Amino acid sequence: MLKIQDLHVSVDGKEILKGINLEIRPGEVHAIMGPNGSGKSTLSQVLAGNENYEVTGGLILYQGRDLLSLDVEARALEGIFLAFQYPVEIPGISNEQFLRAAVNAGRRHRGESELDAFDFSALAKQKMEVMELGADLLDRSLNVGFSGGEKKRNECFQMAMIEPRFAILDETDSGLDIDALRIVAKGINGLRSPERSFLVITHYQRLLNYIVPDHVHVLADGRIIMSGGKELALELDDKGYGWIEEGQARSGEPQLSASGEAES
Amino acid sequence: MNEERKMLEDLSSQEYKWGFVTDIQSDTVPPGLNEDVIRFISAKKQEPEWLLEWRLKAYHHWLTLSEPEWQKVKFPPVDFQAISYYSAPKKDEKKKSLDEVDPDLLATYEKLGIPLTEQKRLANVAVDAVFDSVSVATTHQAKLAGMGVLFMPLSEAVREHPELVREYLGKVVPYTDNFYAALNAAVFTDGSFVYIPKGLKCPLDLSTYFRINEANTGQFERTLIIAEESASVTYLEGCTAPQRDENQLHAAVVELYAHEDAAIRYSTVQNWYPGDQDGNGGIFNFVTKRGLCAGDRSRISWTQVETGSAVTWKYPSCVLKGDDSVGEFYSVALTNNFQQADTGTKMIHLGRNTKSTIISKGISAGHGDQTYRGLVKIGKGAAGARNFTQCDSMLLGDKCGAHTIPYIESSNRTAQVEHEATTTRIGDDQIFLCNQRGISTEDAVSMIVNGFCREVFHELPLEFAVEAEALLKVSLEGSVG
Repeated sequence: MLKIQDLHVSVDGKEILKGINLEIRPGEVHAIMGPNGSGKSTLSQVLAGNENYEVTGGLILYQGRDLLSLDVEARALEGIFLAFQYPVEIPGISNEQFLRAAVNAGRRHRGESELDAFDFSALAKQKMEVMELGADLLDRSLNVGFSGGEKKRNECFQMAMIEPRFAILDETDSGLDIDALRIVAKGINGLRSPERSFLVITHYQRLLNYIVPDHVHVLADGRIIMSGGKELALELDDKGYGWIEEGQARSGEPQLSASGEAES
Repeated sequence: MNEERKMLEDLSSQEYKWGFVTDIQSDTVPPGLNEDVIRFISAKKQEPEWLLEWRLKAYHHWLTLSEPEWQKVKFPPVDFQAISYYSAPKKDEKKKSLDEVDPDLLATYEKLGIPLTEQKRLANVAVDAVFDSVSVATTHQAKLAGMGVLFMPLSEAVREHPELVREYLGKVVPYTDNFYAALNAAVFTDGSFVYIPKGLKCPLDLSTYFRINEANTGQFERTLIIAEESASVTYLEGCTAPQRDENQLHAAVVELYAHEDAAIRYSTVQNWYPGDQDGNGGIFNFVTKRGLCAGDRSRISWTQVETGSAVTWKYPSCVLKGDDSVGEFYSVALTNNFQQADTGTKMIHLGRNTKSTIISKGISAGHGDQTYRGLVKIGKGAAGARNFTQCDSMLLGDKCGAHTIPYIESSNRTAQVEHEATTTRIGDDQIFLCNQRGISTEDAVSMIVNGFCREVFHELPLEFAVEAEALLKVSLEGSVG
């Protein structure tokens, strides 16, 4: 699905990602954890195609194609979805209008007929129930006046409507109370399928109790310094990131070799 | 430069779609303005003596005035002696039916999408079309006349209903009002005349399309709308002009007169040629529009969508003289490339418990520069008067400007005046979000701008609202950065 090779990324001349290697196969859920400033959000923005991030080296293959040659819109149409850490507000555009434009752009791209207002609202109603969102949310301006939890649930609702092939969740759990977290996780788990992959970026292990990952990677200072199974998240929660940084040289990683280590 | 700017720059080569010139022989006076020209126009129109005298008084008054300079727009001085003040398609005698109208002219209106042809009667809009200076066809006239509605070219009204024209002409906008109003009074050539009799709710929306075709001509139309007691009418005005390298002057006057319990809604979609991307050519749109709510509980509402003209200078206003009368102003103005606009409204509260609402949405893109200038004046006798003003500006790119200049003068302590203003821009992060969801930058900008203008579009008659959205989208292509 997605293969990242020796990816280097700079922002304003400062190198943030210093050689990332990662492979995600169809149906897999990968979690990226790491301390603040390690480059987690940078990775998500680069995958989505944000031009403020300069790729200075490396390669990203998505479904066998060179992802870096595609612009933001083309990537989205090819099935890449980013659930934003801080969803922006757009006054004057209703959630419904926005989402219908998005869903129909995807359908046009795939050569499918556009959804009319009736089909759209039937579908939206069904998906909103899963995210436990009130129907009034469709009529409100996009993200304007939404609570933090509503914004995050709305991102997941959008994802459910758009049905991407590869979804990146950038700290979707941050700022959520336990009930909201449960709802968001339910929404995401409902979308898991053998064809769809996820990259879940999170600061805390907590989310991974609900969305159980196939692989966990630890990102620190722009490199993946350790990779493992779902237990790694628990271990991190227990011992903190300092534990890995200390133990990095001898590598206590039990299941997979830490792919980031070989690169400099 | 980021992607979207590049794309928008590409799109800005999108051309003005209404810029064609119709090859029709026309009867044009040589450029220049003097008494003889005014006499010529008056004679051509077979006007009565009083009207010629009025024109000449206006002309002599105009000679004493100089062009206003307080507005925040810059443009080369207009050479009033280089303009031709009368241009009419050659076969200019009034057509009895559309069958007699020059087919080239009809083809022009067809291109403009004006529902002028008889087949389109069902469109339920009565249309008066003004081509250069002369009104060429008015539809539904007979049917309307049966109900007592007069809808005809002003020049025809002067001949057929001189008493009405004489009573109202210049009553709301006297020739002494301002430089361009004086000029218009001296040289106006045609325009629409509407009279709605007492108690009648006009069953059709009335509409006028203006088009400047000839080079080096000015268009000085004059529109007069009178709604008698308890009458109501919706009037739509559309304008386009061919693409020409030199500037053309459009100095119109519109007067609305509402008696007791009458209501007039006046909607404009103005799309005069705005000049090219470098600011060459385009229409100078210097227009005086004013409505008088003369009777108690009368209501006048201006709705305008302004996307055209190189320079716009206009303030559709309401004088709220009758007690409990209501004035409204809803405006969307777009300036792109090198367009400039100094526009807004005046709400003059004279009667008791008069109410006014001003909703102004300004969008600046490219090197566009826009000023909202609005006056809310509360007279001594306007006890309980209320005004609410909201001015929102949206900036696209970093080379454009938006300014808001509200004037509030209140002479009555019981009045309430509210003013709100905001300035926003379309953020890169908003565009990024839209793109990330598969929505193109062009569609995203159009959606965001239309959302910004929604409150005003709601006030437009449906088919105009659709047209306005489309127009905005075309006018905006090539603008965000």
